[in-house]
Amino acid sequence: MLTAIFLPLILACFIPLISKWKYSIHTGWFVLIIPFSIFVYLIQQVGTRFSPFEKTYPWIPSMDIHFDLYLDGLSLLFGLLISGIGTLVVLYSIYYLHKSEKLGHFYLYLLMFMSAMFGVVFSDNVYVLYTFWELTSLSSFLLIGYWNHRKGSRYGALKSMLITVFGGLSMLGGLLLLTIVTDTTSIQEMISQKETIMNSPQFGWILAFLFLGAFTKSAQFPFHIWLPDAMEAPTPVSAYLHSATMVKAGIFLIARFSPILAQSDWFFIIVSGFGILTLCWGSFMAVRQTDLKGILAYSTISQLGMIMAMLGFGTKIAVFAAVFHILNHATFKGSLFMVAGIVDHETGTRDIRKLGGLMTFMPITATLAFFGTFSMAGFPLPFLNGFYSKELFFDAALLHHFSVEGFAQLLKVIIPYLAVFGSIFTFVYSMYLVFGTFRGEYKERELKTKPHEAPIGMLISPIILVVGVIIIGLFPNLFNESFLAHAAKSIKGVEIHKHIKFWHGFNSVPLYMSLAVVVLGSILAYTRKRWSSVYNVIPGTLSFNRVYDWLVDKTTAYSEVITKGYMSGSLKHYVRYILIAILVVTFGTLWLTTDLTISNPDLASIGIPDMLVVGMMVIASVATIFTNNRIAAILILGVVGYGLSILFVIYRAPDLALTQLIIETVTVALFLLVFMHLPKLEKRNESKGTIFFNATVSILFGAMMTFVAIFSYSSKWFEPISDYFLETSVSLGGGHNVVNVILVDMRGLDTLFEITVLGIAALGIYGMIKLRRNKGEK
Amino acid sequence: MEIVTSILSGILFATGIYNLLQRQLLRIIIGTALMSHGAHLFILTMGKLKRGKPPIIVEGVENYVDPLPQALILTSIVISFGVTSFLLVLAYRAARLNGTDNMEELRGNENE
Repeated sequence: MLTAIFLPLILACFIPLISKWKYSIHTGWFVLIIPFSIFVYLIQQVGTRFSPFEKTYPWIPSMDIHFDLYLDGLSLLFGLLISGIGTLVVLYSIYYLHKSEKLGHFYLYLLMFMSAMFGVVFSDNVYVLYTFWELTSLSSFLLIGYWNHRKGSRYGALKSMLITVFGGLSMLGGLLLLTIVTDTTSIQEMISQKETIMNSPQFGWILAFLFLGAFTKSAQFPFHIWLPDAMEAPTPVSAYLHSATMVKAGIFLIARFSPILAQSDWFFIIVSGFGILTLCWGSFMAVRQTDLKGILAYSTISQLGMIMAMLGFGTKIAVFAAVFHILNHATFKGSLFMVAGIVDHETGTRDIRKLGGLMTFMPITATLAFFGTFSMAGFPLPFLNGFYSKELFFDAALLHHFSVEGFAQLLKVIIPYLAVFGSIFTFVYSMYLVFGTFRGEYKERELKTKPHEAPIGMLISPIILVVGVIIIGLFPNLFNESFLAHAAKSIKGVEIHKHIKFWHGFNSVPLYMSLAVVVLGSILAYTRKRWSSVYNVIPGTLSFNRVYDWLVDKTTAYSEVITKGYMSGSLKHYVRYILIAILVVTFGTLWLTTDLTISNPDLASIGIPDMLVVGMMVIASVATIFTNNRIAAILILGVVGYGLSILFVIYRAPDLALTQLIIETVTVALFLLVFMHLPKLEKRNESKGTIFFNATVSILFGAMMTFVAIFSYSSKWFEPISDYFLETSVSLGGGHNVVNVILVDMRGLDTLFEITVLGIAALGIYGMIKLRRNKGEK
Repeated sequence: MEIVTSILSGILFATGIYNLLQRQLLRIIIGTALMSHGAHLFILTMGKLKRGKPPIIVEGVENYVDPLPQALILTSIVISFGVTSFLLVLAYRAARLNGTDNMEELRGNENE
């Protein structure tokens, strides 16, 4: 299994080399071997006696994250779909993509995706699952944007990326909660602890996060909007990712976790409710589309909704029907996408309004489309697999022996009607698709080239898929015991045996539901033009695409507005933000933690000379604000500095006084040197509000510093370490001036870097004055 | 006395901040100089004032003032001198090149 996961990834590294080295052979031929060999390996596991097995490879053992690989019926079903459809899609793409395309890129992305998808379905560790989950989002993004010169491709890729990564991150949240609740990272061990999870208070969040992940990935209402836009990808990609594999990853997630989650009524309400809503909305919207792939995209959405609804029912028959339909949908939808690609390739358009009457030109394609669409519609013919799963769906939707209460009860009653409604529209768009394309009038003028049958190589893959449709249709029980029963068992947890029959007799309700679908569907399909104006009312101009576009536009617009609002480019504003933040935090902390009393005021005596100097400094510092004369401002600043040095003298700091005196002199000289070159001080013409604001902030800041000083002074906790300096200055430092001994001996490192600071400042000043960018500059 | 110097330090900060909020570069630098004075006084006050002789060891003297804050302030004075002189030359160059020292006119705006 490890080989299955990493073989595509490792070989993907060599694909660009091969595509350069062997240009004459289409790169796809080299790729083809990989999914085919994995398919052969997996098909050997199928059998009646199959039992789950697991393997562990250490990855990050310290965080309990291992490569736990687990193969049970469910992952085997998905593994076979991925490898089988993968083989056919690679084969199809060899004929679909011309050699002039960037094939190295295409197959690199495709193999990366394949790897990731195997990783998702085989991993038992939730974080490994998540890793591969995001890798599918990433590679799908690359594949949708494959023709990156087209605007539509880039838009679709971005949209699918945003929506699926949003869901992926939600899912990670759910998985993290699951890990916290159960204290394990293995899914199987989580299942064994389901009671713990059920009873934990986080259960609601786990449910919500996992549903978000699954619904976004599987294009459930209202996250379905990315899928139609993802149709800008090359058709093989649409066939592979957006019908058979990636969109079923969400289904896989719900199926994998349903042993844990399915015991709550909410599981039924949300999964079935949204599933059935998606079914109806998708099929209703599909009839409106004019693009072949658009129809198929909405059809995929609605079919996924149907599978999701069945998983939500959670009854034995519903789970079996879901598994059966996963298989059936992959066969007929894959073939239909390939048919749409062929029509596009041979006529140059996918617009159904320009197509028509292609049956005579493309008989084989038309036949394939006939099988595909009739199977999708659930037409009651014994060789179409779609009919069986639709009958099972109706049977499951009736919800016999299913007891719920409250709102769920209401949902239970209306589900069968909604199921029939959705199926009627499924019938309508299926008929529209096949008859609109292949029957009717041939519009020669609309088409650029004369249509003709596709090359045989392109037809092989859809033929194989349609043969699959017919085989399952003729022998619906062929894979039951050996294959589907195992998958259903791993979802439901108990053995499920189901024998599928074509004919149930006249007294079965699903039969009449199917008949109603066919009759009403035929009538609606025949009269489609008359009632199609209903789309102008529902949905009219409403659509979730508009919501998405609005969200994306407004998010960027408003974040720009906000950023422009506070990033004004003005230094004054930024200083204000910083000051206000400091004020709020400091005063808040003072308010909350300090008892605002001055205890043990061990204060020095107040002397007259000190007070005189202090008074002078106060007057001088306040005067700097009010003077408009530059020389006066500088000299007043000098007064403050000299005042400080006198204070240093009074407080017994001779070295400080000396330094302060010299430095103040030099600074004042520098100020005087520079001010000659600066413009004159302006008269302040600020508004009164600004002056008031500035004054308030400055006074508050000064008050804050005073408070901090007083409160911290009055709460001295420990004796200072200065006694040590005083005692050892002579004996260890060999000096009598303790301050100097500290500076050069005890804390010499400070001094070293202070010298460095001065040196750098000097060099900087020299550079600023001397260096000029251009000779012409001043 | 410590209360008085604390208040003085607060006043130096307040006037420094007020100058910092003005538009002209020269005023902003005056503001930073005032604030560094306030900070130095703050540190000195925290180490207690007038508790003995200057910290120069002399035979027979028992009490000295705390030498550690003085060493810290000395370092700080030199560094703030370096920064102030750098700022002054920067202001000179900026005014020379741009023809103004008004910060509102010097504001950067990438839309221009």
